[in-house]
Amino acid sequence: MKRALFVMLAFAGTVFAQPIAVGSKEFTESVILGEMLCQLLEARGHPAVHQSDLGGTQILFQGLRNGRLDVYVEYTGTLTQELLANARPRSADDLRRLLAQDGISMSEHLGFVNNYALGVPRALAEKRGLRAISDLRSHADLRFALSNEFLGRKDGWPLLERRYQLPQRPTGMSHETALAGLRGGQSEVTDVYTTDAEIEKYDLVILNDDQGVLPLQHAVLLYRRDLPSEVVDVLRSLEGTLSTETMTRLNADVAVRRQSEADVAASFLEEEFGIQATEPTQSPNERLARWIAWATIQHLLLVLVSLTLAVVLAVPLGIAAFRDARVGAVVLGTVGVIQTIPSMALLVALIPLLGLQEPPALVALLLYSLLPIVRNTYQGLREIPTSLRESAEVLGLTPWARLLKIELPLASPSILAGIQTAAVINVGTATIGAFIGAGGYGQLILTGIRLDDWALILGGAVPAALMALAMQGIFTLLERVIVPRGLRLARG
Amino acid sequence: MLELVNVSKSYQGRTVLHPTSLTLQPGQTTVLIGPSGCGKSTLLRLIVGLLEPDSGHVSLAGERLTPYNLRAMRLRMGYVIQEGGLFPHLSARDNVALVARQQRWDAARISQRLDELAELVRLPAELLDRYPAQLSGGQKQRVGLMRALMLDPAVLLLDEPMAALDPMVRADLQDDLKGIFERLRKTVLLVTHDMGEADFFAHRIVLLGEGRIVQSGQLAELVRQPASEFVGRFLSAQRVPMLGEVEK
Repeated sequence: MKRALFVMLAFAGTVFAQPIAVGSKEFTESVILGEMLCQLLEARGHPAVHQSDLGGTQILFQGLRNGRLDVYVEYTGTLTQELLANARPRSADDLRRLLAQDGISMSEHLGFVNNYALGVPRALAEKRGLRAISDLRSHADLRFALSNEFLGRKDGWPLLERRYQLPQRPTGMSHETALAGLRGGQSEVTDVYTTDAEIEKYDLVILNDDQGVLPLQHAVLLYRRDLPSEVVDVLRSLEGTLSTETMTRLNADVAVRRQSEADVAASFLEEEFGIQATEPTQSPNERLARWIAWATIQHLLLVLVSLTLAVVLAVPLGIAAFRDARVGAVVLGTVGVIQTIPSMALLVALIPLLGLQEPPALVALLLYSLLPIVRNTYQGLREIPTSLRESAEVLGLTPWARLLKIELPLASPSILAGIQTAAVINVGTATIGAFIGAGGYGQLILTGIRLDDWALILGGAVPAALMALAMQGIFTLLERVIVPRGLRLARG
Repeated sequence: MLELVNVSKSYQGRTVLHPTSLTLQPGQTTVLIGPSGCGKSTLLRLIVGLLEPDSGHVSLAGERLTPYNLRAMRLRMGYVIQEGGLFPHLSARDNVALVARQQRWDAARISQRLDELAELVRLPAELLDRYPAQLSGGQKQRVGLMRALMLDPAVLLLDEPMAALDPMVRADLQDDLKGIFERLRKTVLLVTHDMGEADFFAHRIVLLGEGRIVQSGQLAELVRQPASEFVGRFLSAQRVPMLGEVEK
């Protein structure tokens, strides 16, 4: 009896104890480190969850500030030049003081430096005799394809261009596209990270930053100050354990040798800390199949829950817009404006209110679903012939009866078409859930792009397209049930 | 019965109905006629409360129409428009029974009343389960009439109910309607633009022109003693032979 109670309590403990939330950015190194932190915490008896591939520095930093995340790996240059650039921290102590104001602590360096650098294909470097960035000044014909982030960052291209007096006009694109362009010969110079596996994979030469312009990007842990000290001790045991060579090798294990991030992290922990990997490793195919199945459930839930909420909200809004012209102008204007907010901006704005994962993703999808449903409800009601509306009125039906028995059934084909549009668009839009850890097919697609793995990209994109088609089909069937028979006859 | 007292209406500064008074005689059919834009639709819309008069009032059995009793008053009026104004998503039966259901009539009473009315308007009972799209123009009007009569209203208002029908169907329906009005001794106001139809139905014809009642009475009176040049012109436009021509 006593024993049963103890088991139950222990069970309740594992269910209700908040696991440590580890975050990672949407590039391989960050995901490996996230896995590493998780496995290390688990091995030391602290339950942890990994929210991987979150879409951008701001999402992670805001998540940490708001207590939605407990720890993630950041780079010192990003902290001083981007996150806290406005406060102009001059020293490490300055930095710690600023972070403390947000309830955040910073560890010592983990060991490796992951700098931005410029890379060129080895053959080209040898042909032109390129060794340092200043050598580029006399090769104005070289075509630069830079990642958008590097192109825009104050400590990126603008700094190099000014200090090295570079004459080239770079084109901005995603990191992966830039590398593909290098391979295909459409461009000759791109930005890389010094620990990047791509350097090995594409056989690039790193041009030396001979004037020491680019800031050193030391990897550090950012964690919440309110974490228990025993947890902090576990996290900080990683300090100084990862050399630049080690990190570069781990990145290549994933990107070139196609091991999973979890396996790579586990083998490092075994070497360094003697921690035995507990989870049996799955075959890549098995892993992909499970992942697609899980993503399907997540994606479907995101779409269906947000769509249901949107219908509950949007149909009454459409009715209100129809009933009163001034309300109509405000409602239609507002949902129209919402539609134009970029999804990333909307997600970042929602994090302080709703945190990470499903809630902000659901609200964003809900907001994007409003326009087609509100507009079609409004339009469907407006298109009811005046003679029918007046007949209903003169018959002496109550306003409610008119709405429920006459107006909504007559507008139902239009309303249903609006919901169908929202559903199909939603299946596509729900891929943004991956930016904030809500999972779904977007996670497969983003990870696939990151790893240059077509199986993953298609594993996300094909089911998403099929789901959109299925939505289309389901609503065509629903129309037969929902739209009154007499109306379908009248339409011929 | 139904009474209009000094009712007037203007739209955007233009007077569409000058102060007008009209009393419908109980149990009789009054026909409202006039050229388009004469104000006959406005007058009907004022009676059913789709418009509010600028001055004057409408009353039914001594009770004035106000925004507050409007719905209750409408339940005592039957209203038929072109094509019947039937709701396309409801079967004929549901169209007719709609308001009775809202008034919480029980099913037996509704079904009994439906049988009664179908017989009255000579609509085969099996057509009641069809949708408006599956009915002919004449059948739709018969269903529309059933719907208007469902609650046994004090007054029946018909707005050009036969305008959209072809001549043979129309003649058939006209005969039936006249028979029904006489049998039920309903107080009826029928709006039309066709003098032949007006003469066929009317105990009294009310001729409207430019927002006023120009003359009222039976066709013979209008022909014999036209109140103005307008009456004469309207009648000859309708190919009604005038007195002089009859004598020739």
